[in-house]
Amino acid sequence: MQQLTMGQAIRQALAEEMHRDPDVFVAGEGVGQGIHESPLMPTYGLLKEFGPERVKDTPVSEAAIAGLAVGAAVIGLRPVVEIMFNPFFTIASDQIVNHAAKLRYLSGGKSKFPLVVRIKSGAGGSAGCQHAHNLEAWVAHCPGLKVVMPATPADAKGLLTAAIRDDNPVVFLEDMALYFVPGPVPEGEYVLPLGAAEIKKPGADVTVVTWSKMLGAAFKAAAALAGEGIDVEVVDLRTLAPLDRETVLNSVQKTGRLVVLHEACRTGGFGGEIAALAAEEAFGFLKAPVKRVAAPDIPVPFSPPLEQFYIPGEKQLIEAVRAVMG
Amino acid sequence: MTGVKMLALYKDMLLIRRFEEKLVELCRVEGKIPGMMILCTGQEAVAAGACGALEPDDVIIGNHRSHGHLIAKGADPKLIMAEIFGKRTGYNKGKSGTLHIAAPEVNALCTTTVVGGGIPIAVGTAFAQQYKKNRSVTVCFFGDGAADEGSFHEALNLAALWRLPVIFICENNVYAGAQRMEEHTRVKDVALRAAAYGMTGEVVDGNNAVAVYEAVAGARQRCLDGEGPALLECKTYRWRGHGELDHQVYQPKEEIAVWMQRCPVKGLENRLLADGLVTKAALVEMEEEVSAVVEEAVRFAEESPWPAPEEALEDVYV
Ligand SMILES: Cc1ncc(C[n+]2csc(CCOP(=O)(O)OP(=O)(O)O)c2C)c(N)n1
Ligand SMILES: [Mg+2]
Repeated sequence: MQQLTMGQAIRQALAEEMHRDPDVFVAGEGVGQGIHESPLMPTYGLLKEFGPERVKDTPVSEAAIAGLAVGAAVIGLRPVVEIMFNPFFTIASDQIVNHAAKLRYLSGGKSKFPLVVRIKSGAGGSAGCQHAHNLEAWVAHCPGLKVVMPATPADAKGLLTAAIRDDNPVVFLEDMALYFVPGPVPEGEYVLPLGAAEIKKPGADVTVVTWSKMLGAAFKAAAALAGEGIDVEVVDLRTLAPLDRETVLNSVQKTGRLVVLHEACRTGGFGGEIAALAAEEAFGFLKAPVKRVAAPDIPVPFSPPLEQFYIPGEKQLIEAVRAVMG
Repeated sequence: MTGVKMLALYKDMLLIRRFEEKLVELCRVEGKIPGMMILCTGQEAVAAGACGALEPDDVIIGNHRSHGHLIAKGADPKLIMAEIFGKRTGYNKGKSGTLHIAAPEVNALCTTTVVGGGIPIAVGTAFAQQYKKNRSVTVCFFGDGAADEGSFHEALNLAALWRLPVIFICENNVYAGAQRMEEHTRVKDVALRAAAYGMTGEVVDGNNAVAVYEAVAGARQRCLDGEGPALLECKTYRWRGHGELDHQVYQPKEEIAVWMQRCPVKGLENRLLADGLVTKAALVEMEEEVSAVVEEAVRFAEESPWPAPEEALEDVYV
């Protein structure tokens, strides 16, 4: 199978869908001619391949970029727009939260908005808190939006393809650190369903639910814990909305223990939703209280020792798993 | 303008230039400077000229390209450098880094890397200045790209409506990221947009610190006289890439060369010499003085301690 990084896998999904469907177009700041010309970036070479009619460099205008997507989608195009970094989503959010998410409902189901908002996310590059702020829980709190956060290159390709073909607005969050990590990716058309979590590693003793970049930390912790005789099951949520309750609940019912791991800060994070799900639907199966491993409730700091302190990792996860094992 | 003032503008520009040249050097040392590095080389006249026309009580609001603004407003190069290094002794204890240094000590109150994010904030600081009748103004620095954000338009309209004492300084360096001005807007001059909000708009030679100083001094006086805000578009040029990782593939070499011929530092130096306001010997002395300041800043940053990891938890709330 081909080995691609997530950036390359996203690019492949974009290019394949643009070839397949002339209504798909791409817009955003630097999606055509950017300041970083690297083949590992998701929109690399698209301008050359598809031309300026379909690869639209926009001014620095997030509200207009998002509105462009909403308007083009309601007429029947399939926009894939990019918001450069997660914090700038707040500027686009009126169009996505108040409009894309609600206008179908307001139309009584008559209109549809088949658009994708791709957003770069994730801490770790010392860019500071105005470039790094994982807001997935915000968007997952908006009925009408689908929220995708892939952890592997293959999932990114399959889920982005599905997102582009979906008739609903989809927020697609890409952790930038994953752009550079290679993995196997199926060639040709590859579509994964939105709303299906995946058990990335089966295990018997404790369920770890995670998504995006934190999958790597979960794997590392699982490997270390295996040495202590603890068999971890790793569930990669992949999409936060719709939420695959069944896969999560089945796993928790099997293991009787749940730890949720995410990079975003703890309070109001999506981990709370997973914990609540287990408490409401699988309470009788739980052998220990649910634990969350998340960033502290602070903005992402700049200085490397501070940022490392911020980002949760395998160390905290291992401690949490040991704690629920008793 | 007095010769002394002109010389002060020159010295500010020289310090900004040498400070950032040092950053370029430091950036090349693996792991020395975390994160991005966005420099204002070639644009020093805007920072020096504008801040040179301000009083200590006047407020500046900066953007992602603000090393020059901070230095010109009188911020301590040592504390800026330490912040850029991520050290505990930096202006913001390592929370910010290069991109959003706040130095309230010198009324560099908010610096934001969200493009356009500072423009409405300047409306707020100017409102407070008007409200308190303390006869000071706000200067807000932003780029040509920022003038395409909705925040720019809402802020200018409100500032004009309430005749707030704020000077919007658009530092038009020809590029917004990889986009040339004509690729991101149909208007030839950002200053033309002032008319849409009923405020004064003016195009200024952004490579001439004296011209910037005079434009800002005039606008400042009109603010204090209750005549309301101004939009000054300082035409200048970004010599380097957007950031230090940008290889400038989209920026014609000839264009860079032409603008380097119009170096704001060299330009004022020639004028000072021609007008007999400075001697060559005095310039050599000034050069030494400035480089000592930069070296001292680096030494201070290098020798400063890292913040302890748990310090990340501090400063979220008052
Ligand atoms: C809201 C927002 N969108 C996008 C970015 C990414 N970005 C940083 S600087 C920049 C270009 C800004 O151009 P301009 O305003 O002309 O300032 P310059 O960099 O030329 O000084 C962009 C798009 C950002 N920081 N904030
Ligand atoms: Mg610019």
